Amino acid sequence: MRLLIVAGPPSAGKTAVVRQILRSVAGSRKAAYLKIDVVRAFEDEELRAEFSIPAKKIYSGDLCPDHMGIMILTDTLVWAEQEKADILIIESAGLCLRCTPYTTQSLGIVVLSSVSGTNAPLKMAPMIALADIAVVTKTDLVSQAEKEVFREKIRTVSPGIDIVETNAIQGTGMRYLMQAVASTPEITDAKTIRLRGIPPLGVCTVCAGKQEIGWQNHCGVVRKLESTEAIFRGD
Amino acid sequence: METEPIQCITILAGHDRNGVAEPFERIDINPGDTISIVGPTGSGKTAFINDIEVFACGDTITGRTILVNNMMPPESFVRDPSKKPIAMITQNTKCLSDLTVREFLVMHVRARGITKSDICAKTLALANEFTGEKMHLDMRMTGLSGGQTRSLMVADAVLISNAPVILLDEVENAGIFKDRVISCLKSHGKAVIFVTHDPLVSLLSDRRIVMSNGSVERVLTPNGNEREALTAISRIDAFMGRLREKIRAGELLTGPVGSE
Repeated sequence: MRLLIVAGPPSAGKTAVVRQILRSVAGSRKAAYLKIDVVRAFEDEELRAEFSIPAKKIYSGDLCPDHMGIMILTDTLVWAEQEKADILIIESAGLCLRCTPYTTQSLGIVVLSSVSGTNAPLKMAPMIALADIAVVTKTDLVSQAEKEVFREKIRTVSPGIDIVETNAIQGTGMRYLMQAVASTPEITDAKTIRLRGIPPLGVCTVCAGKQEIGWQNHCGVVRKLESTEAIFRGD
Repeated sequence: METEPIQCITILAGHDRNGVAEPFERIDINPGDTISIVGPTGSGKTAFINDIEVFACGDTITGRTILVNNMMPPESFVRDPSKKPIAMITQNTKCLSDLTVREFLVMHVRARGITKSDICAKTLALANEFTGEKMHLDMRMTGLSGGQTRSLMVADAVLISNAPVILLDEVENAGIFKDRVISCLKSHGKAVIFVTHDPLVSLLSDRRIVMSNGSVERVLTPNGNEREALTAISRIDAFMGRLREKIRAGELLTGPVGSE
């Protein structure tokens, strides 16, 4: 089984890109899909109906969605294996521009919208830096100059990254993404999959919704008034 | 990667929506050619220019293949916008950044590594030939009208991108001087392909590709046989232009407007 991890800010066109991938593998490979989101998500229902594939979603609620994604990835791999999938596509919620949910033994795809401004790649550098391929969407809407500058900014963040420019709704220019998907190696040993980087996840108990005050009521990384550095407190 | 100048772009036939092969073998486009793509909405006009834009190799919905100088184009043509010899300008194409015209042009000139100091002024001057509403370098891109934006994008494609092939999707809707755009592109040796519903643009082109059901139905080469119609349409277009200017100037068109 191959693992694809798709990240990118909201409304960049992640699901449009996933649709194109599903369209291109339909008939030859079985895909499974997981959407991670925070409050509401509909992509799993839409893609299940459209492509007749096993699809799931998970809401992270108060938890950082990328943290959630990391926690459930092993279970998701087991689920996809049970569904006899050849390709597992995981789509992030795309909330945090610092997040970098890519793992080893996967193809990391970052989806960026060319209408988000020419400096956008610099603002979401960590999400780009550890990805294998950047898919730039909505390129039919922007001027040639902005297209070229957008590309330069991506290269500033990650000089070696593969860049694909597309109108993902039409599917133009996608052939190189499909080649990258086809040449992604299969997972060799799911037990050895690791994160490529360390995402700066805010996963303390406050983030998780605990409203009590004082370190005595919290776990994880805490801080006391008289101490000079943060300490880890288990539950 | 340095590449040969483009002598010829070739479209090899694909198939229509029912999988029936298109009734042509190849369509060759050379520098200076003007071609219009006509046909009802949904007939496959935009898909046709999209094929050219992405250098289709049998991998798009139409099954067409695009060759450059009779060969498969290098990957950089497809993937790197600064190497791509094709500029596509659609009704939606805009500068989204809140920049002045000067900053926009400088940004593009810098991205291209062009050192000619007067290129921004030249691009602006060319753009101003295409539009009735003059622009200057200190105007904001986001404040330009549709016609001004389109004029600037065409001038940018000609002088800064220096793209040998320009694809224009329904250029007539933007309120620009179409005849001037066409003669300018011809004089710069550009190959131009218009998707159009406009009689004047269609008749000003050397060839007309007629689309239906996702396929090229036929290719018309008028060879001067439409000269009479073209003269009449040019007159009507100029007449409509004058009326438009009067209306824009706030005049009441009382009495007979005549026909020219």
